[in-house]
Amino acid sequence: MSEKGRFKEIKEKIYIRRPQLLFPGMKVAEEYPGLYEYANFELPQEELFLPGHGLCAGCTIGVIARHMLKVLGPDTIVVNPTGCAEVSTVVYPRTNWAVPWMHVAFGNGGSVASGIEAAIKVLKRRGVIDPNRKINVVVFAGDGGTADIGFQALSGMFERGHKVIYVMYDNEGYMNTGIQRSGTTPFGASATTAPAGKKVPGNVTHKKPMAAIAAAHGIPYVATANPAYVHDMVYKFKKAAEAEGPSFLHILQSCTPGWRFEPKNAIRVLELATETGYWINYEIDHGEFRVTLPVPKRKPVKCFLELQGRFRHLKPEEVEAIQAVIDRDVEEINRIVGKEVIGPVDPSLPCITPRGAR
Amino acid sequence: MTAQVVAPKERKVAQKRIALTGNHAVALAVKMARVEVIAAYPITPQTPVVERLAEYVNNGELDAEYIPVESEHSAMSAVIGASAMGARTFTETSSQGLYHMYENLPIAVGLRLPVVMGMAVRTISAPINVWGDYSDVMAMRELGWIIYVTQSAQEAFDTVIQAYRVAEDSRVHLPAVVAYDGFWTSHVLQPLDVPEDEEEVVRYAPITRSWVKLDVDNPAQLGAVGTPEWYWEIRWQAVEALRASLKVIQEADEEYGKVFGRSYGILTPYRLEDAELAIVAYGSIFGLVKKVVDRLRREGVRAGALKLRVIRPWPGDMIKKLLEHVDKVAVIDRAINHGGPLYGPMAVEIAATIQKPVYNVLATIGMRAIDSDMIYDAAVKIHRGLWTPNTPYTVGLRGAYE
Repeated sequence: MSEKGRFKEIKEKIYIRRPQLLFPGMKVAEEYPGLYEYANFELPQEELFLPGHGLCAGCTIGVIARHMLKVLGPDTIVVNPTGCAEVSTVVYPRTNWAVPWMHVAFGNGGSVASGIEAAIKVLKRRGVIDPNRKINVVVFAGDGGTADIGFQALSGMFERGHKVIYVMYDNEGYMNTGIQRSGTTPFGASATTAPAGKKVPGNVTHKKPMAAIAAAHGIPYVATANPAYVHDMVYKFKKAAEAEGPSFLHILQSCTPGWRFEPKNAIRVLELATETGYWINYEIDHGEFRVTLPVPKRKPVKCFLELQGRFRHLKPEEVEAIQAVIDRDVEEINRIVGKEVIGPVDPSLPCITPRGAR
Repeated sequence: MTAQVVAPKERKVAQKRIALTGNHAVALAVKMARVEVIAAYPITPQTPVVERLAEYVNNGELDAEYIPVESEHSAMSAVIGASAMGARTFTETSSQGLYHMYENLPIAVGLRLPVVMGMAVRTISAPINVWGDYSDVMAMRELGWIIYVTQSAQEAFDTVIQAYRVAEDSRVHLPAVVAYDGFWTSHVLQPLDVPEDEEEVVRYAPITRSWVKLDVDNPAQLGAVGTPEWYWEIRWQAVEALRASLKVIQEADEEYGKVFGRSYGILTPYRLEDAELAIVAYGSIFGLVKKVVDRLRREGVRAGALKLRVIRPWPGDMIKKLLEHVDKVAVIDRAINHGGPLYGPMAVEIAATIQKPVYNVLATIGMRAIDSDMIYDAAVKIHRGLWTPNTPYTVGLRGAYE
């Protein structure tokens, strides 16, 4: 086989890397409508994430898992590294997953999924699995298993181009082991290994920007999502499943004991994350950056912080410092997009928007 | 006199004699076994195995997925994932690489996945030393893997193929490791016989896919939380499967002998029948040990030797039977059992098995050179009662017990 012929044969199999760094001059989605254009699609009635799990009251892992499987369907294999989801959903002899599911260890979601995806490819070639059958491989991992201990395996999986949907549910700490700080714990939060003390006001580092780091690998689809905005989240699952290579979803997830809010506020607190600009829902689809949930006017971050016990120790100047970081991030996002997609803080807005008022 | 390799006159399968290093012999066995997913990370001295496998895949000689992972931890993780999907898998490592993947080793056992791993053995850091001793594979004894220790390129080749048949047997479903000397086997060009028709290998060891898998048509959960109410029962199944696998290992070896004309047994005894002194050893140095036995016999000492080949499951009854009549048993260990009851791991296990003191010889640590004279000196000292059991005899260590 000539060199030329050889290349021709594998050309379509080659995974093309795209420059996707979040940097000035990065391409912004054209015909930007200001609002995300949602294509309509039906979610099935059928539940593949079954009730009866052991997750805390007010935990939103279940919301994420349930909608994820409604979009991905039964031909999905879930790799679930160690964490809250794993210990709360598959305790022998019970399970909440109606799809094949696997737990191996804490720091290897990316590499276990790489092996599964590779096996599917070769077994399709050898006729063991129907070559026309689309099987989704999903990693459903927490922030510790993704941003910290599983970071290397995650990066390897992206770099090698395995077609895996990596979903990181981010509750901003090691909640399963009792609320220790992780690489995604925000500034000012009190955690058991970064407690609010007389000298140090809790965790004094900022969240690791996992979506940007994923995007820097040049993978086809990266998005952030928030389970309080299910319509936005499910569409991102769909796009991730349609990507021709690795995809990464960074999903904020409220944690009752870790964030210390009343269980009834599980969705409220997530809404406030987006309403205050603390959490910005965006996607980087084949290099095109798009804020999928614009916020015309922001609430002060105080509204988000006040609802949670983990921030209760913060002094006004520390809250101001957090507000300043968010203001700077919002400015950066608006600069990238080239227009104001996240508006200024409006102090007249009430912290809690009454239901039905939006 | 028991021949080490029993070669029946009739071989069903036509073979050709070639020359390969131990590493390349293992790679060829993996190719002939039609492995489907290979995940590996380079480490001396095993690297030529995974280089050769990559060549096979990229030249189209082996239809497999080759995952060039970013660490050994991920290598073991990826083959666990691929095996869970139903694929025949292979990885290989040495020394620190094994320790880096360590967390995943007992998981492959608990999930009952028939992963096969090669190991060109190498000592452990620090000081960093890339040369061969058995400190790495000996650290796998408590984990539930089937452990083969082989002597030559031919034996490593044959054993990799046998390992697939054993691991994927529905009575077993356990991972297996095939160890061979780093450098003294891995890098030495040796003659070996290989089947002319590769199909024969898969015919002997067909991919069974009989283990519990991830299957979208039959969803199962692999790796559930095992609470104190359940953990022991679940793990105990793997414990019993490993014990029971000895029979399957023996069957597979005998069947291999019938098809390919070579079999090795669980253990290889050498002139043990009437021995008063036995030298137990493993790996490539067994040839030297046999030479020493022959020399001692010529000098009127009734010496014998025993090569350990399968150390997990531990063939205790067989060892007992082979050694029960022997007055003095010396064990040459090639790994250090730091602070243990004896200085070497196999000496401890042999002593516990035969229920009498053993002479614990340590050799080749960090690949310190050894020759048959050095082993002979040790054997003579033991035979003449110049050495006491349970104290270490260090072959080649400067300023120590010699």
